[in-house]
Amino acid sequence: MLAKRIIPCLDIANGRVKKGVNFVNLQDVGDPVEIAAVYEQQGADELVFLDITATNEHRKTMADVVEQVSQQVFMPLTVGGGISSLADMDRLLHAGADKVAINSAAIANPALITAGAKRFGSQAIVVAIDVKWDAPSKQFLVYTHGGTKNTGINALKWAQQAVANGAGELLVTSMDRDGTKQGFDTQLYTELGKLVTVPIIASGGAGKTADFITLFQNPSVTGALAASIFHYRELSIPDVKRSLQANGVVVRR
Amino acid sequence: MISIIDYNAGNVYNVLKACQRVGVDAQLTADPEQIKNSSAVLFPGVGAFKDAMDTLADRGLVSVIQETVNQGTPFLGICLGMQMLFDSSTEFGNTKGLGLIPGRIEKIPDDNGQRIVPQAGWNENQLMNQQTVFKGIQNQYTYFTHSYYAVCNPQYIVSSVDYGLQIPAIVNRDNIYGFQFHPEKSGQVGLYLLKTFFEQVVAK
Repeated sequence: MLAKRIIPCLDIANGRVKKGVNFVNLQDVGDPVEIAAVYEQQGADELVFLDITATNEHRKTMADVVEQVSQQVFMPLTVGGGISSLADMDRLLHAGADKVAINSAAIANPALITAGAKRFGSQAIVVAIDVKWDAPSKQFLVYTHGGTKNTGINALKWAQQAVANGAGELLVTSMDRDGTKQGFDTQLYTELGKLVTVPIIASGGAGKTADFITLFQNPSVTGALAASIFHYRELSIPDVKRSLQANGVVVRR
Repeated sequence: MISIIDYNAGNVYNVLKACQRVGVDAQLTADPEQIKNSSAVLFPGVGAFKDAMDTLADRGLVSVIQETVNQGTPFLGICLGMQMLFDSSTEFGNTKGLGLIPGRIEKIPDDNGQRIVPQAGWNENQLMNQQTVFKGIQNQYTYFTHSYYAVCNPQYIVSSVDYGLQIPAIVNRDNIYGFQFHPEKSGQVGLYLLKTFFEQVVAK
């Protein structure tokens, strides 16, 4: 059976891992290559790199990071942050990324999803969606530009459109849960799972092992993304996987 | 010399990096003579079957591949490269493949929304043929990302994975091998498989 995926996310600024990563025996706490290698050893199933500077100059730096990591670490790599053209995608995929995640640019220009899927294949195009519950209108809304801008667009409808346009996967972050460590937004993913049949990666809210077990009861969610709880070793990937396996969730060991 | 066919339809660079990692000096090429004179050929590919076949045809590589295989050169198709080894695909109507392994490529059925398509992630191999050099694949996870799969006679299936239906993961006919998964993205297991190909198929 297909294993559920545990996916650490690394924020990259100027070619360095931004948030401190708190592993023992790391020579250089900001080196993306060294950190990626540690995560591979720990059994991470994929890695996501998020370019949090995302200016033109830094995008070239990001391609260099991907190039270096892909020479040392042989696992799927997704890169996101500021990707807004086929040329951006081409540069990163050429450097060694397997998938690119597009967010704000896809909202501004949904045809970019189709163009990317046609050129590189749907499997290479991840649409990332930042979502917040809007109580007055009782719907999930899409936010862009690092979660700062409310688009007023219904997130579930946008997800369906993104898939229709050729998205091969959806990376859906609950802004309500992000950083809270109170568990994933299972309601969001349940509703989403009824509407799309592409793989969904859930993000936002991971705090304890049980959160992953709960999340993965949803067959539509095949991946879970988390950052600080892994970086600061509040949870270890081997522990999470052991626990998942003990609870009947298929994981790669 | 080991060649990786470079026809602008796939992430050939990651395959090249994985070869370097296992100590093999492979070269990216689309040159017919170089391909035909190789000691082994790797044939990666991602994207759409028809586009990739059209690109091969435009570059005059269809007959080059067929000749190379027919002279006995060890040949390894990866992902879409594996699918193209078969007779045909139902992707966009019916597209002819390289016809090197009997069988056809079909869309993974989503069973009315009950199955997620594409299959994206790590799945566990079951060994179907004990006589293979890839025996070490048993119970090992490899990384897949695909919406189509091979339908062929079990005699060509070396290993398969369970995705609600059996999906061939490694296929083989004589000197022709195919990996549906990405060895260059399957961690230590993927590197082991490439190493095995170079040491036990190519060296033979």
